[in-house]
Amino acid sequence: MIKLQKLTAGIIFCLTASVMTLPSLQALAETPPDMLVIANRIDDITTLDPAESFEFAGSDVIRNVYGRLVNFDPLNLEKGYEPDLAESWTVSEDGKTITFTMREGVKFHSGNPVTAEDVEFSLRRAVILAKTPSFILTQFGFTPENVSETIVADGNTIRITTDKKYATSFVLNCLTATIGGIVDKKLVMEHEEGDDLGNNWLKTNSAGSGAYRVVSWKPSESVTLQANENFFRGAPAMKRVIVRHIQESATQRLLLEKGDIDIARNLNPEDIAGISGKEGITVDSELRGRLMYISLNQSHPVLSKPKVVEAIKYLIDYTGMQDSFLKGQYTVHQSFLPKTYLGAIEDKPYSFNLEKAKALLKEAGVESLEIEAGVREAQERVEIAQSLQNTFAQAGIKLNITIGTGKQTLTRYRARDLDLYVGAWGPDYPDPQTNAGTFAYNPDNSEEAKATGLLAWRNAWDPGDLTAKTEAAVIEGDREVRKKMYEDIQREFQARAPFAIMFQKIEQTGRKSNVKNLNLGGAITAVAYWPVTK
Amino acid sequence: MTIQAEPGKGRRKSPFSTFTISTFKTIGTILVTMLGLLFVTFIIGRVMPIDPVISIVGERASKETYDAAYRAMGLDKPVIIQFFYYIRDILQGDFGQSLLNARPVAEDIKRVFPATLELATLGTLIGVIIGVPLGVLAAVNRGSWIDQIARFVALVGYSMPIFWLGLVGLLIFYGILGWVGGPGRVGIFYVDVVPSVSGMILVDSLLDGNWTVFKDAMSHIILPASLLGYYSLAYISRMTRSFMLEQMNSEYITTARVKGLSEWTVIWRHAFGNIKVQLITVIALSYAGLLEGSVLTEIIFAWPGIGSYITTALLSADMNAVLGGTVVVGLVFVCLNVFSDLLYKFFDPRAK
Repeated sequence: MIKLQKLTAGIIFCLTASVMTLPSLQALAETPPDMLVIANRIDDITTLDPAESFEFAGSDVIRNVYGRLVNFDPLNLEKGYEPDLAESWTVSEDGKTITFTMREGVKFHSGNPVTAEDVEFSLRRAVILAKTPSFILTQFGFTPENVSETIVADGNTIRITTDKKYATSFVLNCLTATIGGIVDKKLVMEHEEGDDLGNNWLKTNSAGSGAYRVVSWKPSESVTLQANENFFRGAPAMKRVIVRHIQESATQRLLLEKGDIDIARNLNPEDIAGISGKEGITVDSELRGRLMYISLNQSHPVLSKPKVVEAIKYLIDYTGMQDSFLKGQYTVHQSFLPKTYLGAIEDKPYSFNLEKAKALLKEAGVESLEIEAGVREAQERVEIAQSLQNTFAQAGIKLNITIGTGKQTLTRYRARDLDLYVGAWGPDYPDPQTNAGTFAYNPDNSEEAKATGLLAWRNAWDPGDLTAKTEAAVIEGDREVRKKMYEDIQREFQARAPFAIMFQKIEQTGRKSNVKNLNLGGAITAVAYWPVTK
Repeated sequence: MTIQAEPGKGRRKSPFSTFTISTFKTIGTILVTMLGLLFVTFIIGRVMPIDPVISIVGERASKETYDAAYRAMGLDKPVIIQFFYYIRDILQGDFGQSLLNARPVAEDIKRVFPATLELATLGTLIGVIIGVPLGVLAAVNRGSWIDQIARFVALVGYSMPIFWLGLVGLLIFYGILGWVGGPGRVGIFYVDVVPSVSGMILVDSLLDGNWTVFKDAMSHIILPASLLGYYSLAYISRMTRSFMLEQMNSEYITTARVKGLSEWTVIWRHAFGNIKVQLITVIALSYAGLLEGSVLTEIIFAWPGIGSYITTALLSADMNAVLGGTVVVGLVFVCLNVFSDLLYKFFDPRAK
């Protein structure tokens, strides 16, 4: 028995000893003054090639790595696009050709000069590769066959010719998108495999002229950026930017409180509340472009009745949700252009009104109704669906919620297989057409058209004259007239579309108070690291 | 009464042929198991009601882009042909490209698996080093305070949700006390400092002789490893206790005591000697369980291991990655089984 006691004592001693030695392993706190460390969910990055990238975290990287012809000033987004790699531009009389003059003396990270030829290569390449975001350029009539005539470099200028007259603001807004990133032709072509125009190499490497170059990207782990000392707007203060993939909000919060990171980008409302008011930490709120909406499938015999559509818009507890589980994350917004977009309106004609909804349902002759809602398994969407289930039930509508993974739910939505969809929509590029062209535009509503990319089609909705109005707004040259056109489209849409736009996203970020000038890109673009100081 | 056979005695006449047969049997079992695994995962991958093409091209792609990707993925071919292509590629060590990040899945697994291996090995070590003696002590001193503590520890280990324990652990040891490093494998200053040889940072930093990195990596791994260790400890100590109880009630133990052997010899040489084989199965299973990757622990500790890799891939319908990950995990299971079979033979001559 004595030996046993010794053994017990031994174990206890070992445990104590290991606990005692732990403090010596303590990690450093506080990030260095020229390094920015960010916690974010970056598992959506699939590629770092600007001609292919189409995700939030990817856009965040690419905005800092690649210059564009025109771009936004992160410290003054309201101003709209401004010269970036292009110094100036002129528009031909027929409105179809824009000629850009390149800025002199800008160099890529490789040391190669940025020339009009690189622009020609980058834009042609994006069209020829035909990756997911290529529609942002090809909607102007560029095809792999015609790019040799429509996108042409000439000395220090680059000439872009569209298939018809478009609003200049529309074309330039699209060039600020991720796909407008200008790549280093010489460097990229050195890494061409087959005829992939360097696509495979650019997925994990960078060849830009922006404020940072990519040091490494480890999928679902981290992205490391190194400052470009020759950046034409001046060397960035943050020499190194590290974005770490941290999935959990609570983990991000702990890291922020300990000072191991400077920015936490995915804090949930509880953690935001937890850090609010803590010394040395500031919470920022920035309006983003993402909208939350519900849509009603118009191939459903009852949901296609206009009165039923209207009734349902009165059965949503907009402010109730905003002030409870969406607090700080979303704000009520009822039109399809996010605030800060050209032509955005702030009309909010709908609010929760049970009596009115009941009366409308009665007029439509609907006594009882049972419908299925497809919801992806994101917490906020499930909560929205539950709120709807509750308010719908008060008017006698039974809402059955089917929760699925994003892909499952989306597949059924695209197949017109859901009665009601609880959806989110983020604009693709900073021009009103990006949302108008999907919510209010559907030239062929037939099943055969398979226009699965259009939200209107997915809900089997024929927007009638809104399709023509949307087409007209795209080519309107006068900015003020164009703005007015979008306002009208949205009001008509609000009145009769089977979509209830509910909320616009607010992104709340936890930030070490010594970090200054961080802009996430608002509703229109992505994050910019180069103005950041500590 | 169990009597240990002496090695060398009672050997059959033609050991070689027996050996050959058993080797073939083992290989056959592995092959059939792996084929079955591949078949099942493949079928599950095909019947999932999701469109894998959309995961690559995005929901807003044009019809042309969609069709091109559809053909590039070979989805226009019959399912059975796709399966055969798949088997052929696997045999060549090619798990295909991840649909999501377009990198070879084999390369991704090479990156994430060592992270899990490192964590699971340390976790199992902790579980064994503490769990086995705890179980033995509890059995020997049945009903005593040690037994009560062991029972309590095991119960807590079983019933506490691991993510909760993880968060509380982080909050206390990292957040408040600052004894350990935070989430992640190493601090940001030490990322990519030592060359990656094995992919396991503890091993790589030792190989490089870089003690600073080793210490930092240790401070990051200790908490998640202890957590996993605690989990396997709970299981291992319970099993050890019940195995030991069975032995302690046997007559040969009484005989040994009567013979005047020391308590130490009775417990550790006689009783424990007889439960080794059973324990190996328990430990191997618990190790294999940890090697599968524990998704929640990996998420909370931002640990880029195979568990979260497969989960992320699954949620994004990245079937190549899911299948690749599953095959590797399956292979690990089979290998551990074979390994514990070998250990059986080593410890228990009757199994030869």
